[in-house]
Amino acid sequence: MKLVAVTSCPTGIAHTYMAAEALEQAAEAAGHEIAVETQGAAGATALTAEQIAAADAVVFAADVDVRDKERFEGKPTVTGSVKRAINDAAGLITEAVDASKNASKHAAPASPPPARAQNVALGFGSRLRQWLMTGVSYMIPFVAAGGILIALSFVIGGAEIAVMVDGGTFQGTEYPGVASLSDLFSEAGIAGVMYKIGSLAFEMLVPILAGFIAFGMADRMGIAPGVVGGLIAVEIEAGFLGGLVAGLLAGAVTMALKQIKVPRGVSGIMPVVVIPLLSVFVVGFIMIVVAGGPIASVQSALTGWLGGLAGVNAVLLGALLGAMMGFDLGGPVNKVAYLFGTAALASSNLTVMAAVMAAGMVPPLGLALATVIRRKLFSQQERQAGEAAWLLGLSFITEGAIPFAAADPLRVIPSTVVGGAAAGATSMAVGSTLMAPHGGIWVIGLIGNPLGYLLAIVVGSAVTCGVVVAAKHVGRSPAEPSPQAEASTRQAVAA
Amino acid sequence: MSDLITVDLVELDLPGQDRKAATAALANRLAKEGRVTDVEGFLADVRAREEQLPTGIEGGIGIPHARSAHVTTPSLAFGRCADGVDFGASDGPADLVFLIAAPDGEGAEHMTILASLARRLVHDSFKNALRTAPTPDAVVTLIEKEVLGR
Repeated sequence: MKLVAVTSCPTGIAHTYMAAEALEQAAEAAGHEIAVETQGAAGATALTAEQIAAADAVVFAADVDVRDKERFEGKPTVTGSVKRAINDAAGLITEAVDASKNASKHAAPASPPPARAQNVALGFGSRLRQWLMTGVSYMIPFVAAGGILIALSFVIGGAEIAVMVDGGTFQGTEYPGVASLSDLFSEAGIAGVMYKIGSLAFEMLVPILAGFIAFGMADRMGIAPGVVGGLIAVEIEAGFLGGLVAGLLAGAVTMALKQIKVPRGVSGIMPVVVIPLLSVFVVGFIMIVVAGGPIASVQSALTGWLGGLAGVNAVLLGALLGAMMGFDLGGPVNKVAYLFGTAALASSNLTVMAAVMAAGMVPPLGLALATVIRRKLFSQQERQAGEAAWLLGLSFITEGAIPFAAADPLRVIPSTVVGGAAAGATSMAVGSTLMAPHGGIWVIGLIGNPLGYLLAIVVGSAVTCGVVVAAKHVGRSPAEPSPQAEASTRQAVAA
Repeated sequence: MSDLITVDLVELDLPGQDRKAATAALANRLAKEGRVTDVEGFLADVRAREEQLPTGIEGGIGIPHARSAHVTTPSLAFGRCADGVDFGASDGPADLVFLIAAPDGEGAEHMTILASLARRLVHDSFKNALRTAPTPDAVVTLIEKEVLGR
């Protein structure tokens, strides 16, 4: 019988290899062939696609998550701790053999090994998805904590709390803002403090996303260039899409730098000085010099273009602004639409602001709805993000949709664009007005024609939900693990 | 590159019973040889790893280890302890203690040496030879032969 195994332990210098050796010995003693991938500090020699395809069963001896586990999808699998593998390798091998026999008894349709070229392409697709999910999973706590704090601050302090803290105009009243954090509590109260904490947590969304995408690709060395690239994405207003780019770029640069062979004498300072220095500089340079300029000019072009649309049909304008709100969820295009809305508000055009806010509430609401009605299309983490997204959407915190969009941009962004456009157009069509620049459902008292407004939000959310559910069925080949399957194998290993 | 283990890193009569004392005795040997720059810092890293999961292995083996910024050279300190030291293995205390010290950082080739050491540790013949080695010199020769193939 042919077996493959992966061993992996926290430090990666001892148990990983002891387990591998023990499994090899036990398999040989029992007359089986085994190939072991040691995911340790000495670097893993990956199992080949052929080895995995030929294997009758898989053994995971791991105390930490096995990397790239989706390669083994559909194989009979046994799981144990590394200690179990060291102390009782023979037992694990026997279990693996039994698992294989059971599986073939139930006549699992052995899928023919896919053609090699296709296999490689698929491998990259699911690796990319895994990198993005790594970033998203570390980002979700920031979204949940920051978003809910901001939402609660609106509930407690009213929607004007944001301008009380940051400065600005709300309903004709000019607020200077709170200059020093030490005065925050006395001047803006608990709501002001919560708003500030939430806002700071939100500023970390994109750096954490970028940093941990790079971490997923290049391990610890990826974090520094990823986080710095993400900070720059915030600075140049590139939004979460900028963060995705920064993270992938940082991961790729770091992976490339790690490949460079250097003389022994220098190798000690590579991970300490050389790789961090070069990767941070290269990523930062590209983000500032190459990406920064075009994003700024696209923004000003869009702003000018919107300004020229003064006479256009109101419903069309609402649809357009709504689509922009849903496109990058707090990124550059979203900002242009939002600022257009607040500028209109300042010149007492209240319908535009209403359309903009409705469209900005739709993405988190629509996606939260989708996680409820089609649970199986979403990973466990996405479903958790969906629970927080209800409150964030109701509070006009569009960023609540970012975990979904960052994990699967090509399927999610179209749904938020179309849903945003539907909400914006409906809001314009029913003639709703809004006298505040933000606040979501909590400023319902400042909304003209509130029932029509709710209709706009419901229509938009339903459209987003429908589109994302349809899109999640498109282009996902059977070989790509559904999030559900991924989550259940992860739990199995943890157990 | 300096050797993985030298006679000064072997202690055939390790104080028994206490995991901390045994590990510290071996760590001090590493520090004396300049392989560990900060004994307390290094021991804290080892302890952190030990708290994640005890490193005792059935068959009388304890392998406290860490990748630590306080380590300059990948090193092995070996101790033998007639009374046994508890490293949390299910079948009782360890009489062979391997303190593995690896520098922090990634991708270095020397990690493969530690990997092949770890692989040898599951072989009974290797363990028994270590139990009966008469002198530190014999221990070093044995490890060099088995792990480095020379």
